[in-house]
Amino acid sequence: MTVTDHSRATADAAHTHGLGTPTPDASRADRPTSFDVDAFTVPTGREEEWRFSPLKDIKPMLADQATDGHLEWDVPALPEGVTLTEVSPADARERSVRAPGDRASAVAAAHAGGAMALTIAPNTVVDEPIQITVTGRGEDVRGHLLVEAGASSEATVIIERRGTATYSEFVSVDLADNAGLNLVLLQLWDEDAVHAGEVVARLGRDSRLRGSVVTLGGKAVRLNTSAAFAGEGASVDLFGLYFADSGQHQEHQLFVDHAVPRCTSRVTYKGALAGATARTVWIGDVLIRKEAEETDTYELNRNLVLTDGARADSVPNLEIETGEIAGAGHASATGRFDDEQMFYLRSRGISEEEARKLVVRGFFADLIQEIGVPTVEESLMKAIDLELEHVNEELAEEHA
Amino acid sequence: MSTLEIKNLHASVETPEGTKQILKGVDLTINSGETHAIMGPNGSGKSTLAYSLAGHPKYEITEGSVTLDGEDVLAMSVDERAKAGMFLAMQYPVEVPGVSVSNFLRTAKTAIDGEAPKLRTWVKDVKKSMDDLRMDSSFAERNVNEGFSGGEKKRHEILQMELLAPKIAVLDETDSGLDVDALRIVSEGVNRVKDNTGLGIMLITHYTRILKYIQPDFVHVFVNGQIAEQGGRELADRLEAEGYDRFLASA
Repeated sequence: MTVTDHSRATADAAHTHGLGTPTPDASRADRPTSFDVDAFTVPTGREEEWRFSPLKDIKPMLADQATDGHLEWDVPALPEGVTLTEVSPADARERSVRAPGDRASAVAAAHAGGAMALTIAPNTVVDEPIQITVTGRGEDVRGHLLVEAGASSEATVIIERRGTATYSEFVSVDLADNAGLNLVLLQLWDEDAVHAGEVVARLGRDSRLRGSVVTLGGKAVRLNTSAAFAGEGASVDLFGLYFADSGQHQEHQLFVDHAVPRCTSRVTYKGALAGATARTVWIGDVLIRKEAEETDTYELNRNLVLTDGARADSVPNLEIETGEIAGAGHASATGRFDDEQMFYLRSRGISEEEARKLVVRGFFADLIQEIGVPTVEESLMKAIDLELEHVNEELAEEHA
Repeated sequence: MSTLEIKNLHASVETPEGTKQILKGVDLTINSGETHAIMGPNGSGKSTLAYSLAGHPKYEITEGSVTLDGEDVLAMSVDERAKAGMFLAMQYPVEVPGVSVSNFLRTAKTAIDGEAPKLRTWVKDVKKSMDDLRMDSSFAERNVNEGFSGGEKKRHEILQMELLAPKIAVLDETDSGLDVDALRIVSEGVNRVKDNTGLGIMLITHYTRILKYIQPDFVHVFVNGQIAEQGGRELADRLEAEGYDRFLASA
């Protein structure tokens, strides 16, 4: 187990921790953003942001080519003040909070043929969660999505992805001043889906974003989430839950950009891995710029390895450019559910399957409660139990 | 009335230097209500005996038999042994992050009984047992053994023993690393369970101190993977005075 914990890190000019960062950019902020695909070279796998990624699976989504596939959208009757509209490519670019940050994302935006925009009008307060389900039919799909929370609006949006697709997307999340948004992205793909996504959020003054990402399905999922503060007094909570079994690659990269004073960020990602070829990657970058005085930030990644062979990479990076901060820290730990723990639980009469369930449910319980949508929380526990059944079957086969 | 019968038990362990024979023919019978102290120097194989009875995968049984009321214990999986009525209080209880004590206890009780305990009586039972062991109620919400002190871990083991109500309990150096106060609390707990349920006890210890609090009916001196001598309480007193040298010289 490796643990790094700096609950109150000292303020260096550039305070960075990483697992052997080869040639880091001068700052995470220096990475280019552009709607022009050619602004990004085709990654080779040596780049810092691609070095853990399964490029073989992602390759089709790096080609500067149009596709004609679509996802099927299942949208409920939207409450008053909430609209879902198709937006022209020019408007889509204009209304995005910033340009894409990597090639997959730039390709997605360039060939999505415009964007779908979910817009919550200013001062709209929606009590019930807005649940949208998109289903892949095995096609090659590029997507561009805008989520726009108007000033002083309050809403919960759940976007659930099912079925299978080779899907890349660029998602822009815009919180106007004092908006509150709970955005839940569920990756419940079939086992052969490939998904590369970039989610970029901009937080206006006093706005509150709670962003939860749950990745259970898919052959390869690579999600890049960025949150940038544009106004003081805003806060972002980013939660992530993932569970990879054999043959799955699940990668979550995060970047929180503290560019203005008095903002708060919390990043909490937890993952479980089971099966010899299960693979997860978590990279959490936090930048506290010179201007961002009184920043309060903490990021945490925990991984639970259930079987031999599975591999979890965890790379927290904290860059601090000002000494005037309220708090900054990160923690990363990867633990193993080992034979001794298993023996202990079994010696109390608990079967192997039950023991694994007890440990995994315990591991995720507090995180699931953070999602804040009871129906999602319930179905997630069920989905995790299903994952475990799958793991148990796989292990039983190995033993046979 | 239950009987644990150990006959000619041999066990080995794989080491980097090859297979090492540790248990070399153990014979021992424990009946309900009896307390058998197993005393011996470090490295004599006492803990191996405990783990072998519980079914730890590290130890291979190469010869002999173990039965509980005639049932073949060695043929049972680890959890089946617990369900059959065996309990091992471990010398080094394992931390299980993310699993609360209360959740763990309820899951274990449900597994042992084959049905969930009645909520109201269960909560009462847990509270009473924790009070008796001087465990603060906040314990229930902590993760299993995580950050527990040595004394807390041992009390937690006895708490489980009381709630799971086994037929035969193996206490593996439950007294090691305890101060006198903690030792007294733990010993009282063991005596209480024995009085209430007629538990049969194998009390593995390196020191004689715990025998001031838990009266043994039989004392067995364990040396080099075997029982070298048996007797009553007086044998413990002699060990207290003489130490294990007499046995080590002949071993």
